[in-house]
Amino acid sequence: MATLEIKDLHVTVTTEEGEKEILKGVDLTVKTGEVHAIMGPNGSGKSTLAYSIAGHPKYNITSGTVTLDGVDILSMSVDERARAGLFLAMQYPVEVPGVSVANFLRTAKTAIDGEAPKLRTWVKDVNAALERVTLDKDFAQRSVNEGFSGGEKKRHEIAQLELLNPKFAVLDETDSGLDIDALRVVSEGVNRYSDQGDRGVLLITHYTRILRYIKPDYVHVFVAGRVADQGGPELADELEANGYDKYVKAAAL
Amino acid sequence: MTTSSFVDGSEAIQDSMAKALELSPVESHLHPEGSFDLADHPVPTGLEEIWRFTPLKRLRDLHKDAPLDGDHHTVEVDAAPGVTAVSVPVADSARGVSGYVPVDRVSARAWAAATSVFEVTIPADAEIEQPTTIRLHGAGIEKAGAGHLLVRAGRFSRAVVVVDYDGSATWAENIEVVVEDGAHLTFVTIQDWNDDSVHVVTQHATVGRDAELRHVAVSLGGDVVRASTSADYRGTGGSVEMLGVYFADAGQHIEHRLFADHTAPRTKSNVEYKGALQGQDAHTVWIGNVLIRKEAEGILTYESNDNLVLTDGAKADSVPNLEIETGDIEGAGHASTTGRFDDQHLFYLQSRGIPEEEARRLVVHGFFNDIIRRIGVPALQERLVASIEAELAEHVGRID
Repeated sequence: MATLEIKDLHVTVTTEEGEKEILKGVDLTVKTGEVHAIMGPNGSGKSTLAYSIAGHPKYNITSGTVTLDGVDILSMSVDERARAGLFLAMQYPVEVPGVSVANFLRTAKTAIDGEAPKLRTWVKDVNAALERVTLDKDFAQRSVNEGFSGGEKKRHEIAQLELLNPKFAVLDETDSGLDIDALRVVSEGVNRYSDQGDRGVLLITHYTRILRYIKPDYVHVFVAGRVADQGGPELADELEANGYDKYVKAAAL
Repeated sequence: MTTSSFVDGSEAIQDSMAKALELSPVESHLHPEGSFDLADHPVPTGLEEIWRFTPLKRLRDLHKDAPLDGDHHTVEVDAAPGVTAVSVPVADSARGVSGYVPVDRVSARAWAAATSVFEVTIPADAEIEQPTTIRLHGAGIEKAGAGHLLVRAGRFSRAVVVVDYDGSATWAENIEVVVEDGAHLTFVTIQDWNDDSVHVVTQHATVGRDAELRHVAVSLGGDVVRASTSADYRGTGGSVEMLGVYFADAGQHIEHRLFADHTAPRTKSNVEYKGALQGQDAHTVWIGNVLIRKEAEGILTYESNDNLVLTDGAKADSVPNLEIETGDIEGAGHASTTGRFDDQHLFYLQSRGIPEEEARRLVVHGFFNDIIRRIGVPALQERLVASIEAELAEHVGRID
């Protein structure tokens, strides 16, 4: 079993008005085999948490730790974190002109595994992964995310999740902007991944809608840069019924 | 009655077409008056608009009076079946058939000095898949030389012609390209010179009615490469695509000057150049001129230049110019970008475990692939990918 542990994480971003603190002491522990949902209103710092874990250069860690099985990941480069077993499914996947999906996936898989995938099975694996998220196999020849619809980009993220099969997946609002069919396809992909039993999921979402398809073991309410409340799946039902108002008001006091 | 009015109408159309093709004079710095007389081309000082980016001191007096009688080069020809590719004395050649008149001193000097013309002729109606390759190998820089190449694609032909430069040379050159009505020509130049070569080449293409020219310039080697390419149209419906890929290393000067002269109605031009620069004093220049004449109604033009600056100390100049003299065009636009690596690209690739150096390589390949995959000559595309990989292998690992 592996553990991703976030302790008292403080993060700032540089704005025109100077440094602005977005995360104000986040504590969170995710173990493999668990699905954690992080829910919160817009601007609460959910995405900042995701990008800070992945190592985006825009975010400055001012204090706190993030460890994977006790190993500090904050001192690692972005690619080292990925090779250590972290994966971030992005809310806005980046278009990389001229780099084919096939080339991108093979290069990533080679980097993660430390050796090139077997040619014979790899093409089949890629085609199967694309097919499972209902992307035509022609997508392998297209430039990474270029000209993809919003839903296609998200499904492509999930295909990568399944092919790279990391220890921990952070899904940053993977459900936003998806129609119901795409939401189902994406959710099924996440469930296949977590059903392996030895993988951890940190599911960041604004809406409870995706929780009809992905059942979290723990729900954390994220408000004003920290975890304001946590509980089991029943907490999601309460949020569905009452929204974030009481947390936002409490945080404003 | 009907018949007669039809004939009248037809004559009227022919009359107006003849008028349309008789070009009105243009006063534009984009369209310098050419001349065969060297006296009309004084030695440039470097202040002239057309010379201000070029390091004249490194031209080995090509722009002044260096003798152009050097013959330290060899030419190898691999002509596709049906294509003739031969050197003929100037007197027996069809030189000038493109309508080109030298527009600068180096070009006028090369015109005067050339003793022979290398003529590549694609017969009318021939459809030839196999590229015809002319390999010019320079065997020394001490003596400057001059060359003239004429490529003629006959009516309704389809062909690919590649000119491949390597070795060491000091070379002044004129190239004429004639694409007759309905023909489709892909014309590629590859500057794969050694680091000590100086190459100043002026190219002019004229494109017939409904004809298509895909002009591809690949510039990788050389100390100074200055390539000026112009295209005009002999009839309606002609189309020119100018694609370029260049990679400048430390100390290299690579200059491309493009000029699409829309001389006929309903013609198209699409210019897309992409370059990467790395190392101290790597310098690239891209000038994209487009002139839409009064006669050139309903034309479509787009030009773009993107530069990827890989290290400190490199400089990219990029100047698009568009002059429009008619109100009736289908579309005209241009874009120019010069920048460093996009951090978002690198972050995305690295977040999938790809090490930074590898991610940079992928992004550079991707940057060029947009152009390379449109060249349409597979063997050439593979070679270019490998050439770019070789350029990157030298430097990318050391990028800060």
